[in-house]
Amino acid sequence: MATADAAHQEHHHPSGLMRWVFTTNHKDIGTLYLVFALTMFFIGGAMAMIIRAELFVPGLQVVNPHLFNQMTTMHALVMVFGAIMPGFVGFANWMVPMMIGAPDMALPRLNNWSFWILPFAFTLLLSGLFTAGGGPAAGWTLYAPLSTQGGMSVDMTIFSVHMLGMSSVLGAINIIVTIFNMRAPEMSLMRMPLFVWTWLITAFLLVAVMPVLAGAVTMLLTDRHFGTAFFDPAGGGDPVLFQHIFWFFGHPEVYIMILPAFGIISEIIPTFSRKPLFGYSSMVLATSAIAFLSFIVWAHHMFTVGMPLTGELFFMYSTMLIAVPTGVKVFNWVSTMWRGSMSFETPMLFAVAVVFLFTLGGLSGLMLAITPADFQYHDTYFVVAHFHYVLFSGSAMAMMGGAYYWLPKWTGHMYDEKLGQLHFWLTAIFFNITFFPQHFLGLAGMPRRIPDYALQFTEFNVISSIGAFGLGLSQILFVYVVFKCVRGGEKATDEVWEEPRGLEWTLPSPPPYHTFETPPQNIPSRT
Amino acid sequence: MVMSTQPRWLAMFLGAGLFATSMGALAEWGLNLPPPVTPIAAEILDLHNLIMLICLIIFIVVFSFMFYSVYAHRKSKGFKAAQFHESTTVEIVWTIIPFLILVGMAIPSTATLIRMEDTTDADLTVKITGYQWKWGYEYMGQDVSFFSNLATPADQILNRTSKGEHYLLEVDKPVVLPTNQKVRFLLTASDVIHSWWVPKLGVKKDAIPGYINETWTYISEPGVYRGQCTELCGKDHGFMPIVVEAKSPEDFAAWLAEQKQAQAADAEPVADALDKDELLARGADVYQNCVACHGTEGKGVPGIFPAIHGSEVVNGPVEQHLDVVMNGKPGTAMHPFKNQLSDLDIAAVITYQRNSLGNENGDVVQPSQVHALR
Repeated sequence: MATADAAHQEHHHPSGLMRWVFTTNHKDIGTLYLVFALTMFFIGGAMAMIIRAELFVPGLQVVNPHLFNQMTTMHALVMVFGAIMPGFVGFANWMVPMMIGAPDMALPRLNNWSFWILPFAFTLLLSGLFTAGGGPAAGWTLYAPLSTQGGMSVDMTIFSVHMLGMSSVLGAINIIVTIFNMRAPEMSLMRMPLFVWTWLITAFLLVAVMPVLAGAVTMLLTDRHFGTAFFDPAGGGDPVLFQHIFWFFGHPEVYIMILPAFGIISEIIPTFSRKPLFGYSSMVLATSAIAFLSFIVWAHHMFTVGMPLTGELFFMYSTMLIAVPTGVKVFNWVSTMWRGSMSFETPMLFAVAVVFLFTLGGLSGLMLAITPADFQYHDTYFVVAHFHYVLFSGSAMAMMGGAYYWLPKWTGHMYDEKLGQLHFWLTAIFFNITFFPQHFLGLAGMPRRIPDYALQFTEFNVISSIGAFGLGLSQILFVYVVFKCVRGGEKATDEVWEEPRGLEWTLPSPPPYHTFETPPQNIPSRT
Repeated sequence: MVMSTQPRWLAMFLGAGLFATSMGALAEWGLNLPPPVTPIAAEILDLHNLIMLICLIIFIVVFSFMFYSVYAHRKSKGFKAAQFHESTTVEIVWTIIPFLILVGMAIPSTATLIRMEDTTDADLTVKITGYQWKWGYEYMGQDVSFFSNLATPADQILNRTSKGEHYLLEVDKPVVLPTNQKVRFLLTASDVIHSWWVPKLGVKKDAIPGYINETWTYISEPGVYRGQCTELCGKDHGFMPIVVEAKSPEDFAAWLAEQKQAQAADAEPVADALDKDELLARGADVYQNCVACHGTEGKGVPGIFPAIHGSEVVNGPVEQHLDVVMNGKPGTAMHPFKNQLSDLDIAAVITYQRNSLGNENGDVVQPSQVHALR
């Protein structure tokens, strides 16, 4: 068997660059996704540095207002579609087959294609910056009619969004098919790790809403070039229609970016608490409830557009309801830690910080749901602070925690624990220096997406910029730790941590190229 | 927060870093919503404080459990892990309690929201129109309307001179409102979506092309209240502030009468006796309305805003040039300037564009030509 395997691999696997271009292996493709996401994280991060440099002190110093708008637009598009979404798909590719006892993803060639669309989509998107008129500058939300005004880079953005949508939908279909068809016989749905559950639900959200975004940007395209007037009032169209369609995609998108993060920390916390996850069934239920609610809250992004009172009330109440299942999750994590036997290696530090900081962002989200108060918060730095607390200290830091958690499994080497912890503390501290003061800026009246500001906003902007530069630089350390771990280090055991649960820990570290060619047995119950 | 020590700490820490800023405004440190001057803004502030307090209590309670656990239940302290992992009872309890807290929050929020949306029985109606990048105000039924532009000089923005006290929050002509009267606002926009926000009034509403949105205010104290556009509307989104000047009803009535008279006088046709040099001098000033898009040297922004320099419109027939300036170009940031500028100003700026910024047509446009097209 072993020799047959080796022969099999030699015959079918080109080496060097072609190995990565033609690979259909879930581990290779997972690695590609993760490297791609990390690259985009730095490109988007560089844009954030330009934004914070311009906002360091009042007056225009670094960029002109038009370029500033391109930076805020691109920073968001790159981070959302380039860093966070592909990052989680990378984790799914690596971990879902190993967690459910499958040999690979169900549709390996589709998997290859899903990934390789991305570099082309981002080349198209980023090259828009170098066209006449510069990159898209209407914000990542591409609100019409502002986006109908832009130059040809808006069209490039539209086609790029089409490609990204295709990639995401194909990836999501693959994950759904894999989870439904490739589980080991004993792996019933209610024995699946929570990470698999959260990704299953996320994949359904992706299939449901990415086509909606594609529809919105296609209408924008025909408005721009083919004489339609979907969003142009002069032709009987409606600018607010764009916002409804966009946020019907946009709000589930928010959960697409956070549910897999919930999954990752639901794996990490039990391991380092040495105690099973508290309330497994209620976690599955809460995740499903959040996903369902995400479809009926979209207009809370649009309270100021002038909806009827009943509409405002409906979206206020439905949005407030999300706090219930989200609260259940937080309580379950805290209960998992309660009376555990905890240790605080880097993954656990990240997980605890995610629970703490994400909840902070969740509570500011609850404040934003209160419609009368939202009239004051809307489109200010309070919102910017809120969504960075959920997206950076929620999604991005959960991925960092997940990377430290599974790196020893992936590479067969332990990462440098001291440097990992240093990276954690630098990230957590600079993150808060960057974004906590932005709550005050928003309340004091600073709108978002402005390149220059009135003098009373100076102090907090200075602090925020200093934090941002520190946060940006700290991430170079992350790359170094990952690189060092890939190259070598203390040999990791198969279990890596102390009695972790999950099938991935029954495999060698690093796992062989093909795993679970025969389905594993004796899968324990989780409830 | 210890308010007194922070500015000193900050000044020490940053020292040279703040070279370009005026240190005069460094004492503000606003941490919460600004002091309200309308009943609605006061209600919102109370609601905000209440919700924030509830959130803070929840946060502290939940995380005291977590941090106690982080402190006490450590492997390094020899704590042995318990193995409990579910309890339907507690799951139900922590589903129901948050739900009840939310109901408690929803009740006052609903009451405030209903009052905010009640625009009936207004004493005065002001129509607000968003343009790229300025605000237009029209006092409905009073024959008074004007535009309100950013008044901060470019030299301050580009750091050539020190910044004034109201940097970026000052306009050439504030919107004047009466105190102790219910003022209804009608909001719309001519190009893209804008949003009119004055924090101390507690009023924020989008101005959307093709829509007329409604909101209202009731200002209780005379004063000057500043705000900004809060919906990304293109290049100069950060440079279209709002200044509201609230006057007593008597002072307001006097102001309104004065405006009516002045605007009636402005509508009269102007004699054509101006010579080319006078028109060019005036046109150079009026051209400041054009620089946001077309640039100080008339070069525009390639791919987005057309250049004046060598433009086909500017160097073509005068009628076409007048048409573009007066009626704008639908779907672009070029809006109809006949609503904003007087006959004389339009004549001057067209004459200026045709004879400078790299163009040499030699012709002169007189106010009567403009007036004839109105």
